[in-house]
Amino acid sequence: MFQDLLLRLRARLVARVDGPLLCIMLALMASGLATVYSATYDAHNRVLAQSLNMAVGLCAMWMVAQLPPPKLMRFGVPLYALGLVLLVLVFFFGTKVNGARRWLSLGFTRIQPSELLKLAVPLMLAWYLHKHEAALKLRHYAIAAVLLLLPFALIAKQPDLGTAILVGAAGFYVLFFAGLPWQAIAGLLGAAAAAAPFAWTMMHDYQRKRILTLIDPTSDPLGAGYHIIQSTIAIGSGGGFGKGWLAGTQTHLEFIPERHTDFIFAVFAEEHGLFGAGVLVVLYLLLIGRGLMITANASTLFSRVIAGSITLSLFTYAFVNMGMVAGILPVVGVPLPFMSYGGTALVTLSVSVGILMSIQSHRMLVRK
Amino acid sequence: MLTLRSPLKTADRELARFRFRAALAGVAVVAAFALLMARFFHLQIVQHEYYTTRAEDNRISLVPIVPNRGVIADSKGVVLARNYSAFTLEITPSKVDDLEATIEALGKIIEILPKDRKRFRRLLEESKTFESLPIRSRLSEEEVARFAANRYLFPGVEVKARLFRQYPLGPIGAHAIGYIGRINKKDLELIEESEQAANYKGTDHIGKTGLEQSYEFHLHGETGYEQVEIDAGGRAIRSLSRTAPVQGNNLTLTLDIKLQEMAERAFGDRRGALVAIEPATGGILALVSTPTFDPNLFVDGIRSDDWDLLNNSPDRPLLNRALNGAYPPGSTFKPFMALAALETGKRTPGQSIADPGFFNFGGHQFRDDKKGGHGMVDMHKSIVHSCDTYYYILANDMGIDSIARFMSQLSFGQRTGVDIEGESEGVLPSPEWKKRRFKRPEQQKWFAGETVSIGIGQGYNAYTPIQLAQATAVVANSGVMFRPHLVRYIVDSRTGEKTMIEPEPMRVLPWKRQHVEVIKRAMVGVNTHGTGAKAFAGAGYVAAGKTGTAQVFSLKGAEYKSSRVKKELRDHALFIAFAPVDEPKIALAVLVENGGFGAQSAAPIARMVFDYYLLGKLPQGAAAEDDVEDD
Repeated sequence: MFQDLLLRLRARLVARVDGPLLCIMLALMASGLATVYSATYDAHNRVLAQSLNMAVGLCAMWMVAQLPPPKLMRFGVPLYALGLVLLVLVFFFGTKVNGARRWLSLGFTRIQPSELLKLAVPLMLAWYLHKHEAALKLRHYAIAAVLLLLPFALIAKQPDLGTAILVGAAGFYVLFFAGLPWQAIAGLLGAAAAAAPFAWTMMHDYQRKRILTLIDPTSDPLGAGYHIIQSTIAIGSGGGFGKGWLAGTQTHLEFIPERHTDFIFAVFAEEHGLFGAGVLVVLYLLLIGRGLMITANASTLFSRVIAGSITLSLFTYAFVNMGMVAGILPVVGVPLPFMSYGGTALVTLSVSVGILMSIQSHRMLVRK
Repeated sequence: MLTLRSPLKTADRELARFRFRAALAGVAVVAAFALLMARFFHLQIVQHEYYTTRAEDNRISLVPIVPNRGVIADSKGVVLARNYSAFTLEITPSKVDDLEATIEALGKIIEILPKDRKRFRRLLEESKTFESLPIRSRLSEEEVARFAANRYLFPGVEVKARLFRQYPLGPIGAHAIGYIGRINKKDLELIEESEQAANYKGTDHIGKTGLEQSYEFHLHGETGYEQVEIDAGGRAIRSLSRTAPVQGNNLTLTLDIKLQEMAERAFGDRRGALVAIEPATGGILALVSTPTFDPNLFVDGIRSDDWDLLNNSPDRPLLNRALNGAYPPGSTFKPFMALAALETGKRTPGQSIADPGFFNFGGHQFRDDKKGGHGMVDMHKSIVHSCDTYYYILANDMGIDSIARFMSQLSFGQRTGVDIEGESEGVLPSPEWKKRRFKRPEQQKWFAGETVSIGIGQGYNAYTPIQLAQATAVVANSGVMFRPHLVRYIVDSRTGEKTMIEPEPMRVLPWKRQHVEVIKRAMVGVNTHGTGAKAFAGAGYVAAGKTGTAQVFSLKGAEYKSSRVKKELRDHALFIAFAPVDEPKIALAVLVENGGFGAQSAAPIARMVFDYYLLGKLPQGAAAEDDVEDD
């Protein structure tokens, strides 16, 4: 009787959890923990804190996975509305840190509303497009685009280009999978290209500098170029098989800035070499592959577009982060999924994976 | 049927389109990751070596270890220049944003006086770009501790343990020993020309004058290196390897610092110079230039008030008179003239002239100091009593070319080659010299009348005291000439091996022995019954000498009375001498600026030096200065 109860409990626990996704995620988290350990053991060790973040993330993932997609869909509007209100509040009352107004002080703690939008925007757009699924006109795409541009502009204004790009990308992926006509995509790209010179003049100095230093990092070796120079040295000196765990000189002599957060990949590649980087890229490929598989098998428009958006967002995180650390993309504040230290991003990403699991495990239910 | 199929068909088409897009996304993802892998391959395999070097360069820093500078000691082993270690507070201006604010804040922890700030500002103007400059030196233990506790507040500021140069005897022998000072742009050029740049990494002082300058590369030593692992903040984490520095070589001088001190004291507050040479070796026993200065003032960068005091003093203490002062030799020139006459066959020792007290030449009367003249004068008497007329006639007989040829063998008008840099040439007058010296044709012509005054050491004649001392030493040594030098030997700090300086004669002048003897006997006569007799009365050795007085100011026929002439316009007093006469151990030249008669003010100094050097006797108060025969 008791054993039966245990079995049912276990069944209940794993029912909505997708095995492959969980395995890949755990593998990434394990390498992340090991790398955070290496990057921080000289100073205050952050492994315990990151383990706690991961535990919280896994719980959140599990809970979200239990919710069927229609229920998830209902979160779209309120989350989006809340996020937008908070962004407006940030715009007027935000706390300035390092020249950027990104945080909202609640007295006892500070929150970064833009993080919420990373999920709220695709949920909102997916909900909206799903609602008009029967007869999607260009008009609907246009309205969806406006729903996307509003938070995008507010976040870009803070300024937080990294998050803005991620939010914008997540929204764009929704439109893309919902069937935005190619002509419209081409038009958008054209408009973006035309707006580029205008955007350049609108950019903050430091943002322009980051783009310029990408072209020639040595132009400012102690300033903006420093991050890129030091991280490429770390990666390059890692060679085929790396200097070994805890043995990276660039890491342990503190040449790599932000080495446990945004630049954690430089630490990983220095200590594990091309081989390690290859393994990591394969893990991300598997994660994204599994996500695309779930996307392809999803049963409703909402499920499809939200799964597709989440999957490609995961790709965007990984690609932009590694590309930036390897010196082929400008420096923007994007963490490496499940590797970088930091609770907020970890929970957001875990919830995303939870949504994927929910979609995967509930697809039969909807059919029936 | 159609109406039913249509939406279904649409849905199918939608799904197909969606799957196509998902597949497209998959392709894009794979392509993007392939691009990343290509980049990793490029960095980690293709350019691996380059980045490994970069990482090593990042990680490893070569820190120079400055060697201890060699010690300078006198002939008896008394230390004249040594090192001591002390803490200094240093600022690296390139690492500090607001220099003024930093110094202000530092001043609250450690006492920084206005003069320290002034000196720092001066160093800042002269400095190389990235070096650290001292703001305070000689910190106490307590001050070091106080700064250490607040160190984090001051990036770019640090306490360094440094070796400092110290001259324990201060001003004694300062012109010979010289001093070191901070390396400036000119020094840097010299270091680079000498291909010593690598060896001077980390060194910030260099010899500026005297032996400190001329033996710089011996004294400096070889810089050692330490490979240290550094972190991104430039802090040293651990040492990887260390190549010890090699201490600079020590110098042992020919200079006898006790003799030097005694000689300097003999000058009192008078300006002048004295060079004493050991004739048999060319070793300089004393090299005096008064007034002198304290070389310790220069080591840390001299304070501006000290500098003004030294630089603006009318007595010009920084001028090394022994090497850079050029003075007419006056009557001290006569023994050399006499030797020239013998060697060129223009005179024999016994040949006499009748001296009426003047010599008429070209409508001009050249007067003797003694009214009415010395009567019949032979060579011996001409030196003992310093007869001018004898030399007016002799000079006229020899002619300027012959005089110049002979004198140039004795180093007159040339650098003696002493081992201190910047020696002056002086002036050995000749028609060629006049052509070089003057621009206008009418000035370039040599007049025969000019030769006449050359004979008594006046006219264009101008020699440095070291040239005069060198010529005296060569006569004392009967024509065997050594290059005068201050360093006896250099001790290699690694092997302890001694390298002698100048053990071989530079040249041997083929003088007839009896000719030199005539001169030496006459110079002995000077000190026994001639112009130097008063100063050398009762000497316990036989000394040869010659007094001299060099005109500073032409009185145009009027009687010269020293008491009536302003001090600056008084004649310079000179004296050359060597002793003991048969086996000379010391030869010297003394010059007292505006001292009046050589016999009065210069000869007693020579006597004191000889007494001390030959007999170990210390002077008993100043010698009497009255009632002496004119030169």
